[in-house]
Amino acid sequence: MLLTIDNFSLSFIQDDSGPEPTETQVLHKVSLDVSSGRTTALVGESGSGKSVTALSILRLLEDTSNTVSSGRILFKGRDVFSLSPKQIRSLRGNHVSMIFQEPMTSLNPVYTIGNQLIEPLLLHRALTKKEAEIEAIHLLERTGIPDPRSRLTAYPHQLSGGQRQRVMIAMALACRPALLIADEPTTALDVTIQAQILNLMQDLQEEFNMGILLITHDLAMVKRIADQVHIMQNGRIVEQGPTDTLFDNPQESYTIHLLESVPSGEPEPLAAQRPLLDISHLSCQFKIKTGGGGFWGGGKKIIQAVDNVNLIIPEGSSCGIVGESGSGKTTLGMAILKLVKSQGSILFGDRDLQPLSTRTMRPLRKEIQVVFQDPFSSLSPRMTVGQIVEEGMKVHKLGGNKEQRMILVQAALAEVGLEPEHIFRYPHEFSGGQRQRIAIARAIVLKPRLLILDEPTSALDMTIQKQIIDLLKGLQEKYGMTYIFISHDLRVIRAMVHQVAVMHEGRIVESGPASELFALPRHPYTKQLFQAAFGT
Amino acid sequence: MGFGQRRWHRFKRNRRGYWSLLIFGFFFVLSLCAELVSNDVPLLVSHEGRLYFPLLNSYPETTFGGEFETEADYLDPYLLEKLTAPGSWLLFPVNRHSFNSINLDLTVPVPSPPTRTNLLGTDDRGRDVLARLLYGFRLSILFGLALTLVGTVVGVVAGGIQGFLGGRTDLFFQRFIEIWGAMPELYLLIIFASIFKPSILLLLVLLSLFSWMGLSDYVRAEFLKGRNMEYVKAARALGVSGVTIMVRHLLPNGMTPVITFLPFRMSASILALTSLDFLGLGVPPSTPSLGELLAQGKANIDAWWLSLSTFIVLVGTLVLLIFIGEALRETFDPRKK
Repeated sequence: MLLTIDNFSLSFIQDDSGPEPTETQVLHKVSLDVSSGRTTALVGESGSGKSVTALSILRLLEDTSNTVSSGRILFKGRDVFSLSPKQIRSLRGNHVSMIFQEPMTSLNPVYTIGNQLIEPLLLHRALTKKEAEIEAIHLLERTGIPDPRSRLTAYPHQLSGGQRQRVMIAMALACRPALLIADEPTTALDVTIQAQILNLMQDLQEEFNMGILLITHDLAMVKRIADQVHIMQNGRIVEQGPTDTLFDNPQESYTIHLLESVPSGEPEPLAAQRPLLDISHLSCQFKIKTGGGGFWGGGKKIIQAVDNVNLIIPEGSSCGIVGESGSGKTTLGMAILKLVKSQGSILFGDRDLQPLSTRTMRPLRKEIQVVFQDPFSSLSPRMTVGQIVEEGMKVHKLGGNKEQRMILVQAALAEVGLEPEHIFRYPHEFSGGQRQRIAIARAIVLKPRLLILDEPTSALDMTIQKQIIDLLKGLQEKYGMTYIFISHDLRVIRAMVHQVAVMHEGRIVESGPASELFALPRHPYTKQLFQAAFGT
Repeated sequence: MGFGQRRWHRFKRNRRGYWSLLIFGFFFVLSLCAELVSNDVPLLVSHEGRLYFPLLNSYPETTFGGEFETEADYLDPYLLEKLTAPGSWLLFPVNRHSFNSINLDLTVPVPSPPTRTNLLGTDDRGRDVLARLLYGFRLSILFGLALTLVGTVVGVVAGGIQGFLGGRTDLFFQRFIEIWGAMPELYLLIIFASIFKPSILLLLVLLSLFSWMGLSDYVRAEFLKGRNMEYVKAARALGVSGVTIMVRHLLPNGMTPVITFLPFRMSASILALTSLDFLGLGVPPSTPSLGELLAQGKANIDAWWLSLSTFIVLVGTLVLLIFIGEALRETFDPRKK
């Protein structure tokens, strides 16, 4: 056995929260194994203790936090807690490597790729500088980055997210580790890139006979590449077993719950309606400074974020806008809200929004509302929930006086499944899912006709995603609101929308009724996207 | 528990900062009542069955049976004798000197060392050092508060406008700050000191012209960051006006650097006033000031009671303010739970 975690428990000690240090136990008797050439997945929602388990294997928590642990972690039969600091350093990087979630922050921005890649080679494999450079090029080549030689002198910001993650993998593999710990390796990446990275990891596993410990919340990914699955909840392993058995025949209620949370079902069919929103020839550009250029440091590049988009959305329906990051989905939403400048016409009902000024637009604002992706930054941390939800009514002078408004606020909170007494609390007292409910309450309290949902579930755990989707569906049924649902998650889109528009580089490459489009994608880009997402 | 209450709780957990605040508060309140603590007129006089309040009114000496029509000098032994005679009494403050009353009974040349009448000695004009320290401390703190307040308000407004509007406004404002910041502050002060009659107000205005710049950069950065937050976009989508977004959404979230820097700005302001006074460019002569006392200490190096006592007051004040500032910074550190 390559790695054995045996009855491992871990607690954090906090000594600044009160007079007495408090102990918070985050791992409860965790046991798992990883063998060479196999992939073990550790699945759970955020806060379940997955990452803490991974960090404990390399004893990376000791430097930054005060912890107490019991149980054993054996790597090739040796307890990592018995190793000297020198031995543990040689274990890190040399025998066990880690890939982290964020390719943006896990590379040092001030060093070139080559610099960062060559360092572990010099350190652990005692190569000369020349040999190390050749080896680095070879490694980059292996991860499928085009033109690896010139990439050595590139800085991290010059690479895309997917390329950075490839560099991270190249770094992790530099010393031919026996065990690779991948902590949400693809979460921050687009679906098509995700598929490529997973294939790469599988190929490399075969080549080097590595053991992989895959930490993720993505069940589709687990099903695809893992041999063994461990389901984790609140610091405990609640169920484990071979992937096929576990997926086909889950035993524990939590596992069943988790498997059922994969978005499924279809939206309610819709009677023909007149269009609520009619967008034609909508374009939107950004100027980007390229630096250099003229005397004044000019040199500007124009980026077409939204390029000649036409879209008609019937009243009471849901329109999904899918695409990868940078495809212009969000900008399109912002243009409809008139929060960015654009050209072309936006007919809302029978009024064109485009010529309206800030003042003339204001009465219409309550008809078009928005819910953002990140529930942590979409609520002002210094306002109470009551103030947040009330604000729109104050602006539009709705709901009479303060007491009457508060009654409406409480009704809206009840509508989204929160308690009326929550109005006095601050956003940070709520979980991610609850915050998203607050953001939805803020939007629906104005009874808008059009609700733009910009990745409303992407930052949430699976089970919470499911709840939010059910909530949105329920609200649509009740109030007949029209949704524009922007997402990169095709499974969520399929569960939610009547009509889909696929965006790529600012253009809508394909659009149509959801049922037709999902059954028979025509455009090559759509096909590629669907294949990456559904693995068909 | 509300936001403010929780913050106060967290502030109190830093014992050092909390005690510094208490001590500082005590001395500040004490100095606000300086007239009642250290003065050359009695707080209360009872003479022939009537009560007099020399602190509020001035009485001619004849009121108490003296001979002159001039204002009573309550330290004059002749008058004192009359006022302590049976049937009359008077209540003096703890320290019987005002900041500008000269002790005429000294038998040694000024500056005179500490005695029982002048607990910390006198300065080179025979004025009581303790009284001058007390009044000087008050002036320094009040000046520091005023300068901090003006600088903070102007800084927040300037930074807020730059950060919120961004673009061209921001660009011009930034260039203006660069030029303005490059002006030689001290030369300007010297020039103005020779044109106008030196006064506290003039100093306040001149120093305020420059003190807002440091803070405005921080506030600008906070607003620039906040402007792109989704809660601001959500507010725009709700139709909230620009000014309301600034005041209700951006300002409360951008206040952390402002509050954290307050004590440090205040100690910097106090130090600025002290330095100018030390150089003789500050407050008009005869105003009690710590800087002027330090200058006297330098001129009379063997009169240790001048420099030592002023030094202790100044360092004590600055240290207390810095401890309070540290505690504040910890209180507002978002990484601490």
